Amino acid sequence: MDLTLKIWRQADRKAKGRFEIYSIKNISPDSSFLEMLDVLNEQLVRDNAEPVAFDHDCREGICGMCSLFINGRAHGPDESITTCQLHMRKFRDGDTIVIEPWRACGFPVIKDLIVDRNAFDKILQAGGFISVNTNSVQDGNAIIIPKEKSDEAMDAAACIGCGACVATCKNSSAMLFVASKVSQLALLPQGKPEAVRRAKAMVAKMDELGFGGCTNTGACEVECPKNISLAHIARLNREFLLANLKP
Amino acid sequence: MKLNAKIPSGPLAEKWSTYKSTQHLVNPANKRKFDIIVVGTGLAGASAAASLGELGFKVKNFCYQDSPRRAHSIAAQGGINAAKNYQNDGDSVYRLFYDTIKGGDYRSREANVYRLAEVSNRIIDQCVGQGVPFARDYGGYLDNRSFGGALVSRTFYARGQTGQQLLLGAYGALNRQIAAGNVKMYTRTEMMDIVVIDGVARGIISRNLETGALEAHFGHAVVLATGGYGNVYFLSTNAMGSNASAAWKAYKRGAFFANPAFVQIHPTCIPVHGASQSKLTLMSESLRNDGRIWVPKEKEDAEKIRAGKLKPTDLPDEKRDYYLERRYPAFGNLVPRDVASRAAKERCDAGFGVGSGQAVYLDFKDSINRLGQKVIEERYGNLFQMYEKIVDENPYKTPMMIYPAIHYAMGGLWVDYELQTTVPGLFAIGEANFSDHGANRLGASALMQGLADGYFVLPYTIQNYLAGQLNVPRMDPAAKPEFKNALDAVRSDIDKLMNIKGKRTVDSLHKDLGLIMWDHVGMGRNKVGLEAGIKKIREVRETFWQDVRIPGTAAGMNIELEKANRVADFLELGELLAQDALHREESCGGHFREEHQMDDGEARRNDEKFKYVGAWEYKGPGKADELHKEHLDYEFIEVKTRNYKE
Repeated sequence: MDLTLKIWRQADRKAKGRFEIYSIKNISPDSSFLEMLDVLNEQLVRDNAEPVAFDHDCREGICGMCSLFINGRAHGPDESITTCQLHMRKFRDGDTIVIEPWRACGFPVIKDLIVDRNAFDKILQAGGFISVNTNSVQDGNAIIIPKEKSDEAMDAAACIGCGACVATCKNSSAMLFVASKVSQLALLPQGKPEAVRRAKAMVAKMDELGFGGCTNTGACEVECPKNISLAHIARLNREFLLANLKP
Repeated sequence: MKLNAKIPSGPLAEKWSTYKSTQHLVNPANKRKFDIIVVGTGLAGASAAASLGELGFKVKNFCYQDSPRRAHSIAAQGGINAAKNYQNDGDSVYRLFYDTIKGGDYRSREANVYRLAEVSNRIIDQCVGQGVPFARDYGGYLDNRSFGGALVSRTFYARGQTGQQLLLGAYGALNRQIAAGNVKMYTRTEMMDIVVIDGVARGIISRNLETGALEAHFGHAVVLATGGYGNVYFLSTNAMGSNASAAWKAYKRGAFFANPAFVQIHPTCIPVHGASQSKLTLMSESLRNDGRIWVPKEKEDAEKIRAGKLKPTDLPDEKRDYYLERRYPAFGNLVPRDVASRAAKERCDAGFGVGSGQAVYLDFKDSINRLGQKVIEERYGNLFQMYEKIVDENPYKTPMMIYPAIHYAMGGLWVDYELQTTVPGLFAIGEANFSDHGANRLGASALMQGLADGYFVLPYTIQNYLAGQLNVPRMDPAAKPEFKNALDAVRSDIDKLMNIKGKRTVDSLHKDLGLIMWDHVGMGRNKVGLEAGIKKIREVRETFWQDVRIPGTAAGMNIELEKANRVADFLELGELLAQDALHREESCGGHFREEHQMDDGEARRNDEKFKYVGAWEYKGPGKADELHKEHLDYEFIEVKTRNYKE
């Protein structure tokens, strides 16, 4: 396949960015999208130009490091996958592909297509855990959890922290990300004691870090590579309401 | 220097409790006077940093990714072993210990492995306490499945994302300690060197990957939790950034490197598609619970399938060779990984491979007929989806194609019973050390070991060391010449790389190295091939230092420089790996020397000559590495030839 790529280039946090156009030839349809970018970078380095910086690591859709807005969609045109799982067979020979970084004020651009998602870590540090010390626990089977609850907690826990939900939301809201953790832990008996405090602290941190409010457009659910449901936002709202009823 | 593993005396089952009862501890008020550096945030690193923070130590934790949650433990799919015996199928601590020693082909240390099995149960309890959503049955109790090399069901799992869920549990514990101020987290930061003062590890030099800034950090102890070195083969199931640099720098600072030749080749990975391939994707071993592995019985059928003239689904059972079930009736498709990988290679080399010729089938037809598609979907849905996205074929309808790929490093930094390397104050945990898996790791045991080391072993043993360091005050790196010298050395290494200004890209050289490693130091090894391989590795290394091209500058983010730093170390480690493989004139576990096999192609171990851990010592540039032997004395179990047939 021969392709034209229109890629956002930006030298560092403070520099002014711009689109650059590259052409690339002989890409195998069986290549992954990031392998296509590898080929571009090889070409750029051979031409003594700077390669395009993009985040990636596991390349199997689980670490959450890869991002990219591809032709106006977070993680590109395919459903339920991350960018690293996108394959070139989803494009046609001769296509022009527009590649941008996540765009959200909570995620400032560091270089080219790489953004700073440190805010996600900070939100979780505000309370996205169960306060349990190593070795202070009882036997695993002493806590019985109905399968349906456990399965639902697992659905929520599948979040990979990639940030597609924020990038795709017109308000740059991190509600789906926050909700996935609040909901997972609120569903489990181990997480109940701190559920109210957790919801309050995480939402406050999200607001503080410049993420917008949720207006229930549902765009996040559509683009979430792990199909995390809006129902978790409903559970977050419930926990948050409870948090505000209790002092 | 004579290796001292510091194994406590006494009966096997009492060694660890004896150790804990008699070791030195640091009192609560003194703990905050100690700085501990932990490099890496995978299962071992995150669990260690969090547990040490909870105890009150001051921890600095480093990772090269943008968040500690991205460490490659996250990609582990299938599960984690523990000797709970919840299934009432005869499991016990002893049996888990025994299976692990046997699975490792009698090349691991009894006392360490027993301790691993002993603490395994508490890991499950800990993770449940953290809210890890393990799979449960309808009664609400924890569910198990089976993995290779065991006759019991002892593997706990969270769908096909067990590593992710365990890591997020440890990451939660880490976040709690970061918020409490006990752990300071450095993301997008790579360790460049270890600072050793008067023979003792006192800190590290790091590089900020966003700004390029080099920094010196002091620690009373340094813990490496930096994973394995599979990427020396370029193509592996490791993450793109997974690297061996921290361990390699430790090696060059005096830590011995043990059994580098013991590398695990995982039997069920998606086959290579072409030259632009950047990594290989694993299909979890858990699939072998319900999938059956086969190739055509007749060569003509294999040829027709390869030519696209015959579909695998059209081939009736009597024309299929379920070769694992045929060769190993007792364990069938659940033989250990090294055995399954070699059997696949044997069939493909003999001309029975499918796909490109380098692939075999993993078929779910019988399980789907027996259990229904819904059950299979529930068990492996995300894996099937992952396969379909990559290969563009529906594995519910047609069998998966798989082939072995580099997956895990059993070898690593030599550590004693306390997980301390040969450099005092320098510890290695998780995949970065060599200690528990011998020559082959059993499935679902990497997660177990990472968390055992981080939650339940290191937080104890490190105190035995720190208790002797009470009179060592916190050091200001700026005031110590050793830190300044180490900083200067790192800076000059980087300058050297930047100034080569050659023509070759880092990746192209890394791929050259990977091909040599796979061809010469892969699944089948022999003297002639290894010697030729070593020569070729040296040639690539020379080319690298003469002709690599790194655009841009060392200031600011430079992705090519990051890769070059790592590949420079792989180019040295690769040679040590081949050298270790050359010296070990036997076949055991993942190390198969073609000269040493039985008539039926099974591995021929040589216990008389090689029942030892081979620990290599760096002697300086251009000098031959020195081999030290830690002889393995099996006091409690009988050493036998592995048999998965009966």
